[in-house]
Amino acid sequence: MTLVVVDAAAGAPRASAFELLTAARGLGGDVGAVWLGEGAAAAAPALAAYGATVVHELPLATAEAGLPAAVAAALADLARATGDDVVLLAAGFENRERAAHLALALDAGLVVGATGVERVDGQVVTTQQAFAATWSLRGVVTRPAAVVALASNAVRPVAVAEPVPATVVRHPAVAARADGVRVVERTPRPSSGRPDVGEAQVVVVGGRGTNGDFGPVVELAEALGGAVGATRDATDEGWIEHEAMVGQTGVSISPRLYVGAGVSGAVHHRGGMQASGTIVAVNSDPDAPIFEIADFGVVGDLFEVLPQAAAEIRRRKA
Amino acid sequence: MRIVVCVKHVPDVQSERGFVDGRVDRSEGTLNELDENAVEAALRLVEDAGGEVVVLTVGPDDADDAVRRGLQMGAHRAVRVTDDAIAGSDVVGTAVVLAAAVRRLGAQAPVDLVLTGMAALDGLMSVVPSLLAAQLGLPQATLAAEVTVGDGVVRVRRELDHVTEVLEAPLPAVVGVTDQANDPRYPSFAGIMAARKAAVDVWSLADLGVDPAVVGDAGARTRVLEATPRPAREDRVLLTDTGDAGVRLAAFLEENGLLA
Repeated sequence: MTLVVVDAAAGAPRASAFELLTAARGLGGDVGAVWLGEGAAAAAPALAAYGATVVHELPLATAEAGLPAAVAAALADLARATGDDVVLLAAGFENRERAAHLALALDAGLVVGATGVERVDGQVVTTQQAFAATWSLRGVVTRPAAVVALASNAVRPVAVAEPVPATVVRHPAVAARADGVRVVERTPRPSSGRPDVGEAQVVVVGGRGTNGDFGPVVELAEALGGAVGATRDATDEGWIEHEAMVGQTGVSISPRLYVGAGVSGAVHHRGGMQASGTIVAVNSDPDAPIFEIADFGVVGDLFEVLPQAAAEIRRRKA
Repeated sequence: MRIVVCVKHVPDVQSERGFVDGRVDRSEGTLNELDENAVEAALRLVEDAGGEVVVLTVGPDDADDAVRRGLQMGAHRAVRVTDDAIAGSDVVGTAVVLAAAVRRLGAQAPVDLVLTGMAALDGLMSVVPSLLAAQLGLPQATLAAEVTVGDGVVRVRRELDHVTEVLEAPLPAVVGVTDQANDPRYPSFAGIMAARKAAVDVWSLADLGVDPAVVGDAGARTRVLEATPRPAREDRVLLTDTGDAGVRLAAFLEENGLLA
């Protein structure tokens, strides 16, 4: 019924895979997971725990085979062979490109950034948020097939009560496209060791008001077990790496808890975080627009408030 | 080099954005800011290599504002595709129309590069560049933070979710640029004056040979069932630090189960 494309890191499924598998179970029918590259067998038990009954291994023999159009063509072949009519992916940048090609190949409806997916009278119905999460949308896919890229943290992952071991099916290697595109270089970025900003349940974001000192931001993130994010200003200044940028052109996040420190709350930033569960803001400027959307706002010096909060959190957690 | 830049007229992000009857309210529109990076990239490539920059959009009369902004920046020609049958198009329908228009431009003179921005700030799906490449049967090199062209090859550096990639694609190709690629120029006074006089070519679906049934509401693969404004957050707390705000913040988090 449903195929889930698994994003992986260091041989293990990313958190998004478990969210997608949980969503896929909600659609009814069998759930297949797609593992890109080698190592499906090692990942199969973790995927089975969330309801995958089969894990399809699609080996990538060359870097070019991993490009979105090539992967999408292989996914389309697989979906046709299995008869699966819904494909779920996490809404990262690469997956959006795969989803676009896949939707064309399957003549499917395409939804990106869904916060929910269900089947109503046989049709796939999705929910999304629009305009910096100020609007909610509900839409229906009017084709027999659907390709849906889900926002991170949209679905709470729930393991199955009695998991059944998944069958691992190894498929022929994905074929690179004969379109002349060459991967000159592909370099994974080093991990910060902290949770990934795109998938973390707690994100502490530093903005202009940090003046480049992310010390208190990191300290609070560590006390909360969360990720460190940044505004465009902060990444443009080189205070922190670009991939930490939260906003409509960076990472779109919807964690349970968002803390903005020295963040003004410009519309471009809000576009990437306003869907967060609880929003906390600490800013010395009482007129900062972020206070308009904060559940808990502190007008104050982040260099005082954050370390005090971090110490108190450590004390309460101890 | 001949470059077609696809641009979109979107609701101004600084305005009160919303929906009317399930469709995006486009009454306060402007050129999608992220498309300015694509126009800028095109202008720089043509300034180096010579050639023409054509800005292309799909939409009703108001969408002229988007291509006109491209002309103000220095694009040489503007095309807008409009047709009653296009209303209600989803991303696939939009890509079908754009692809047909690129093909028509290509029939007039070869197109070397189709450039786009990284996303439209209304839908934020980031799929049209890929859909366009697939429709045109062209290689794609999207999400480019850096673009160079030489010897019939475009080379891009792209920053993906957890990886940096350098790709080379033979021309013609579809290239999407991010907001990291450049700082778009402000139109000069001369540019603004020239754009005021410039004509925008207006094409219909019939001009492009596109079947109206595959675009618009008729061809859409997704349909909005409901669009509702989300309620404002309730019970919000705003306090000024008098020395204990950090402790109070920690207490708030614990009360709301956020320290678990």
